Amino acid sequence: MASTAIPNTPQKEYADIPGTFVFDADQSAKGYAINAFCMTLLKAPNREAFKANEAEYLKQFGLSEEQTEAILKRQWNRMLELGGNIYFTAKLGATDGLSFQQVAAKMTGMTQEGYAEMMLKGGRSVEGNRTRTEWEKKNG
Amino acid sequence: MAKLVGGICCSHVPAIGAALDNGKTQEPYWTRVFSGFEKSKEWFREMKPDVCIVVFNDHATAFSMDIVPTFALGCAAEFEPADEGWGPRPVPVVQGHPELAAHIAQSVINDEFDLTIVNKMEVDHGLTVPLSLMFGQPDAWPCPVIPLAVNVVLFPPPSGKRCFNLGKAIRKAVESYPEDLRVVIFGTGGMSHQISGPRAGLINSAFDKAFMDSLAGDASYAKDLQHVTYMREAGAEGIEMVMWLVARGAMDAKVEEKYRFYTVPASNTAVGHMILENAG
Repeated sequence: MASTAIPNTPQKEYADIPGTFVFDADQSAKGYAINAFCMTLLKAPNREAFKANEAEYLKQFGLSEEQTEAILKRQWNRMLELGGNIYFTAKLGATDGLSFQQVAAKMTGMTQEGYAEMMLKGGRSVEGNRTRTEWEKKNG
Repeated sequence: MAKLVGGICCSHVPAIGAALDNGKTQEPYWTRVFSGFEKSKEWFREMKPDVCIVVFNDHATAFSMDIVPTFALGCAAEFEPADEGWGPRPVPVVQGHPELAAHIAQSVINDEFDLTIVNKMEVDHGLTVPLSLMFGQPDAWPCPVIPLAVNVVLFPPPSGKRCFNLGKAIRKAVESYPEDLRVVIFGTGGMSHQISGPRAGLINSAFDKAFMDSLAGDASYAKDLQHVTYMREAGAEGIEMVMWLVARGAMDAKVEEKYRFYTVPASNTAVGHMILENAG
């Protein structure tokens, strides 16, 4: 789920944080094309061109096949796993008419209503969600 | 000489901007948030700053992954509101203060803080939402603004201690500027939130409270927090809170906490706000 460990490097101290993709230099190098694509969506004519023919539009960025698939299928977690960053992929969300909250909800596997309700009740507690061990115990 | 007269800490949630821009401020969900900033508007009317330095982070708007400066000081005469994918916010163009900005750049670089100088930059919600919260919806912002963008997008951001010490250097710079200007510094972002991955939605009010308590005191606990602690305890994006430490570092060792507000949620995020004044 987190960045792939590079052989012979010590495990990153944040690798134990569950349900989280830390966007570090390794991820940034891996996902440059995803994030470069998302940046183009800041301009309205590009958003239109993308919507008109998504697969064709994506050809200009040197994306890997799996990155292209993740974008076309709107696999929000997979995009982050492949080096995308949330502030960039949120621009794809905006192009689809989604708010940050709607994009976030999609990554949790909850319904939009369920997620909004959780937030209104004070959000996801940190209790039981600090480490992978705790998280796995809780989420089976 | 210029004088640093106050420190503002506040969250910069994009949905707050959207609520304002789309006329939703009277909905109960949003009244709860906006009511917490009435006192701040009053404070600003009395304080009448000549310049605000706003420490914020760019959210992949001015800075793509092509170039990622750790600290970038806006030295331009003006900064246009950016289109972040939903169209630009209908807010005034931000007027800069190139003379004071250039002075700060020189002073802090000589103090070994190697800032990036930015002479053209569009500003996103990270900068404009705090201005909207403090000043409402005027035709023009009431004073010039110097943006200081901090990288909190690409890990690692600068440490909290580094941010605090940069604040100290900015204070020294401001107070060596010859014109009589009243300057307020903003530290924005946070509080606890995570908007990415399966753990999205995380909020930790106890952590947020301890952080604010520390800033109201000598900040020693807050400034020594490690990145992994922010991310684990306050969510991956909670790490934005290091920017509050720039504002706190610019204040006296002792501060008077004039006001505090905290509510959960605005969209995905815990909203926190403090007004600090120097107390020696």
